[in-house]
Amino acid sequence: MVYLEHLGKYFLMLSRVFKKPQRQKLFYQALMKEMEDLGLKSIGIIMFISFFIGGVIALQTALNLDSPFIPDSLIGFAAKRSIILEFAPTFCCIILAGKVGSYITSSIGTMRVTEQIDALDVMGINSINHLILPKVIATLFFYPFLILLAMCLGIFGGWLAGVLSGLFTGTDYIAGIQMEFKPFLIVYAMIKTLVFSFLIATVPSYHGYYVKGGSIAVGRASTQSVVWTTILIVVANYILTQLLLT
Amino acid sequence: MIEVKDLHKGFGNVEVLKGISTKFYPGKTNLIIGQSGSGKTVFLKSLVGLHTPEKGTISFDGRINTKFTEAEKQQWRQEIGMVFQGSALFDSQTVEENVMFPLKMFTRKSQEEMLDRVNVVLQRVNLENSNQKLPVELSGGMQKRVAIARAIVMNPKYLFCDEPNSGLDPQTAIVIDKLIQEITDEYQITTVINTHDMNSVMEIGEKIVFLSKGKKAWEGSSETIFSTENEAVVDFVYSSNLLKKVREVHLSKTN
Repeated sequence: MVYLEHLGKYFLMLSRVFKKPQRQKLFYQALMKEMEDLGLKSIGIIMFISFFIGGVIALQTALNLDSPFIPDSLIGFAAKRSIILEFAPTFCCIILAGKVGSYITSSIGTMRVTEQIDALDVMGINSINHLILPKVIATLFFYPFLILLAMCLGIFGGWLAGVLSGLFTGTDYIAGIQMEFKPFLIVYAMIKTLVFSFLIATVPSYHGYYVKGGSIAVGRASTQSVVWTTILIVVANYILTQLLLT
Repeated sequence: MIEVKDLHKGFGNVEVLKGISTKFYPGKTNLIIGQSGSGKTVFLKSLVGLHTPEKGTISFDGRINTKFTEAEKQQWRQEIGMVFQGSALFDSQTVEENVMFPLKMFTRKSQEEMLDRVNVVLQRVNLENSNQKLPVELSGGMQKRVAIARAIVMNPKYLFCDEPNSGLDPQTAIVIDKLIQEITDEYQITTVINTHDMNSVMEIGEKIVFLSKGKKAWEGSSETIFSTENEAVVDFVYSSNLLKKVREVHLSKTN
């Protein structure tokens, strides 16, 4: 029953998010700020993680395909598929759910408990639209680029790991990543990214906007928002894979 | 003038406001007082539309706020200024940006015109040369003054203050009280202040509404509060020995 109530409140919130902003100029300013806070400031962590995880994926694949019957080019192929299909869109978004989700919940939650949201409401501003719409647009616009960057860096990390470890040659790896390239898989990854970006922006916003209490409640809401966003990403990942790839 | 008739508001099974009726007049500092849990904040938040009453009406110069169309509601919102208990300044914005925010949102003024208006109101609250400071760099009293500046920047007809001097030292609290009273008088605003600060009651209480257990238990002014026989008011207002003495002296003089 409680979950249904939350679901209803979440969709009611969404119906107020997607309204025309009251002042376009202020909306664009807020959008640019969110692009910086939610997007640009996440580039570093995504680059770092993608590069090393890409390397680990390639090394693990090489170590587990250690057979004279399997060509080394399959290592590049397997690493590419793992990175494009799952690591970049799903795991990077789970990492972003932790980093950005907790930031969104705590910033909106703090505004709630310090009455800044009440101040917006008293002024006659649609606080939900004013605070959440720029976040949604910023993540939907920015994260596909971030995930494409993660794919490139992950694949590059795999190549470098192979070359440095001597487990496979760079030529084999490159031959592997060129093997059976299907553009739809990139489309599939982008569709997943857009859905996950939407969840990363809206679920933590919901938890922050409706927080009640003080600083402890904001902390608790941040944790809950990361947990729920992760759960929803995992469930959405399953559903989208079922719908798009089977 | 704000006229409240038979206002009821509850949360779940708990009835917080149990039929409050009163009037708040323009150019006067109207105070709502009462113990913690008496319904003061719910009453104030109902007045500004943050809570929707279950029964009763609130009319602003004859316009009933529950019957507003969306456009009328938007217009009414711009006639309201509010000072929150914790100031509620946007902490990522400077003083100037905080005060300019309603102007940016609701007017078509140029940047220069807005800046002029911001400087006028900041000067009015005696806060020059702080334009570029962030709220975190200001003292509690200065934050309250910025909040007042933001509340009056749109020339409101109604000003609401939720415990404007809570957390301030007595001297700063009096400065804030006096500032609100001067602004009320100067702009002929209908000001409603929610407080349990007895200094405010004595200094600026031109009209006082005493709430007890969600009901209006008494109403009067800082003059009549000395002579009231209402037990609930006497217990609440004269709970300290100092104020008891003040009352005794006042009564002995008037008798």
